[in-house]
Amino acid sequence: MDVVMLSRLQFAAATMFHFLFVPLTLGLSVLVAYMETQYVRTGDETYLRMTKFWGKLFLINFALGVVTGITLEFQFGTNWSRYSVYMGDIFGSLLAIEATLAFFLESTFIGVWIFGWKKLSKKAHAIVMWVVAAAGNISAVWILLANGWMQHPVGYTIRNGRAELTDFLAVVTNKFGLLEIAHMIPSAFVLAAFFIMGISAWHLLKKQHIEIFTRSFNIGLVVGLVSSLVVALTGDLHAVHVTETQPAKLAAMESHWETQAQAPIFLVALPDEKNERNKIEIGRLPGLLSFLGHHDVNATVTGLKDIPKDERPPVLLTFLSFRTMVALGTLFPLLTIIGFMVRKNLLESRWYLWTMLLAIPLPYLAIEFGWVLAEVGRQPWIVYGLLKTSDAVSPIATSQVMTSLVGFILVYGLLGITGFFLMAKAVVEGPKLEASNA
Amino acid sequence: MELQTVWFFIWGLLWAIFFMTDGFDFGIGTLYPFLGKSERDKNVMIHAVGPLWDGNEVWLITAAGVTFAAFPIVYAVMFSSLYSALMLILFALILRGVSFEFRNQVDNPTWKKVWDTCIFVGSFLPAFLFGVAFGNIFQGIPIDQNGVYHGTLLTLLNPYGLLTGVLFVCLFIVHGALWLLIKSDGDLAERTEKLVGVLWLVLTGVAVVFLGASYVFTPLWKNYFVTPILFLVPVISVTAIFGIKYFLTKQAFFKAWVASALTIVSCTFFGIIGLFPNMFPSSIDAEYSLTAFNASSSPLTLKIILIVALLFVPIIIAYQAWAYKLFSGTVTDEDLAHDESY
Repeated sequence: MDVVMLSRLQFAAATMFHFLFVPLTLGLSVLVAYMETQYVRTGDETYLRMTKFWGKLFLINFALGVVTGITLEFQFGTNWSRYSVYMGDIFGSLLAIEATLAFFLESTFIGVWIFGWKKLSKKAHAIVMWVVAAAGNISAVWILLANGWMQHPVGYTIRNGRAELTDFLAVVTNKFGLLEIAHMIPSAFVLAAFFIMGISAWHLLKKQHIEIFTRSFNIGLVVGLVSSLVVALTGDLHAVHVTETQPAKLAAMESHWETQAQAPIFLVALPDEKNERNKIEIGRLPGLLSFLGHHDVNATVTGLKDIPKDERPPVLLTFLSFRTMVALGTLFPLLTIIGFMVRKNLLESRWYLWTMLLAIPLPYLAIEFGWVLAEVGRQPWIVYGLLKTSDAVSPIATSQVMTSLVGFILVYGLLGITGFFLMAKAVVEGPKLEASNA
Repeated sequence: MELQTVWFFIWGLLWAIFFMTDGFDFGIGTLYPFLGKSERDKNVMIHAVGPLWDGNEVWLITAAGVTFAAFPIVYAVMFSSLYSALMLILFALILRGVSFEFRNQVDNPTWKKVWDTCIFVGSFLPAFLFGVAFGNIFQGIPIDQNGVYHGTLLTLLNPYGLLTGVLFVCLFIVHGALWLLIKSDGDLAERTEKLVGVLWLVLTGVAVVFLGASYVFTPLWKNYFVTPILFLVPVISVTAIFGIKYFLTKQAFFKAWVASALTIVSCTFFGIIGLFPNMFPSSIDAEYSLTAFNASSSPLTLKIILIVALLFVPIIIAYQAWAYKLFSGTVTDEDLAHDESY
């Protein structure tokens, strides 16, 4: 394997691993802040116990998210130095602004929250958690704007052999980035809601800590339903924008080969990249792809055959990621709606509690596949239409990247196992009985 | 003053603040296996840095982020040239970060031992390697006209690079020991106070050797002879080092820590000023050196991030100062009893 492929693998591994923790952080921080606020407002100790229980899971998760985040920043320089030279003027400034505006806030205040229980008033302590939650989400906004710029560069000019900023406002109001924000941040809340519901379901199945976990479950239900509907809506808007800005990605998402009006979607399909066709096509739904891409069943959708071979993304992976993401994304509102129907008899609805327990990994899968779709679907470009991934890599030795990649796999593997073990341990131990003592 | 010059010094300032703040975390982590005799000692040491290390580490993220934003070419060449060293730093920082969180989650001696080791390695290694990296930057790095690095990880481990690594470790362990003196009491504080006297002597010796070696191995002193008023900076460093000793003998530990902070900041600026306008000098040919002027972003980007920095850095300093104040004073048994704390 060459430096490009190894660097891509390393970046993918680092991003996907980091992204196992970030979405939960984004959603759960807000929910923990809400629980603590309820405690301050009502004085009800159950809310305090909830805050501490979910807070502990949040912190284990947060630690892993923070330490794996630095890797991503470093890698632009270590592995993608030619990208950094070419794009630093714009991309670098977004990262720097993210650190200055949001990351400082989050990292400083999380320490205050963890160690400040006895040093701050109850109210101040709850506010600190809101600061942490807000900062985490503001951080995500800037990172997604940076990613949105790679997906659809705006507000720049090519000067001195690199992209230079000409319009900062255009960069921060880039529609691609805003749609990513509107799609991804609610996804994080879906994930957090399902995480809370799944773990609550486990305790409710064992008929323990019923008050705490019924309340937690209900918070998860509301957040899960609202956010999963928002995700579906913004996902739809996002697809239309992708059609405009990245026709190759849209074509690969549905393995669509021939440019045509009333373009169909097939219920079952299997891409055959070599022969530029689909091996299997079952269940033709005419006009649906045109509708997905243009909100018009008669619109013409560009097929992959009209896109030069060296500008097509890997079709199979893009296609499967999209399908999986959409299938799961459809399931989430359904599962929460069922939840609302059985809410009155939650404890007796054991089949539903089991379903929700087993559903914990599903939003993780959906969100990871969403990223694969966004990033793999953009290939061969690192910055869409401007710079190819193969031209962006650092002039470094293969052996160096090989060594660091092995290092990442080992360290991240161990961290992942440890993190999972610690979270499982905290879940099984359950909430402390006397929260005020803790 | 030109925008590039302004950014060059902000860049230096960010590194200085990073070394000043996370420096004592690295120092305490390095001293951890030597001073942490009992379980309580260890927990006091962890609590001394626990609420603050994460916010401190963001100065590194920002220093790197600003290099990316204001000097993208420096960022690209620096990070790809120092690939292996940076990866080692990264792994070390990752392990340090999770150790604080994970160590006390399971009550098992082997488990704790593993994370204790990670705290030490994760603190010592970055302290040392940042020194090695900066030592090599002061000396010049074998990069060609395309910014391609001609060397290996071992190339960096030359005498001056190693000396700078040792200097950084000494600065940070003195800094950390002083912080621990503020945060601890009883037996731990007594042992720390004894140790810090010895460490101070070592630091002073290493610093003198470093200043001399810099004259022999690097062009750092050149700017000082051109503009003699700049000699104030190394004079401040030397005064601050003696200030540490002075306040130590008066048992004014917080003042001694402030003197140590000043030592670190002025030492960093000694190097940064000596480097100017170079940011990543080439040892192959001065023509290939990356400077604040040939490696910067566009004026528009520099202006925008300058506005962001001028607005937000004072705010950051204000709330971090508040957090420091909130967690000032000795770590008590009550502090240690909190179970959300690491």
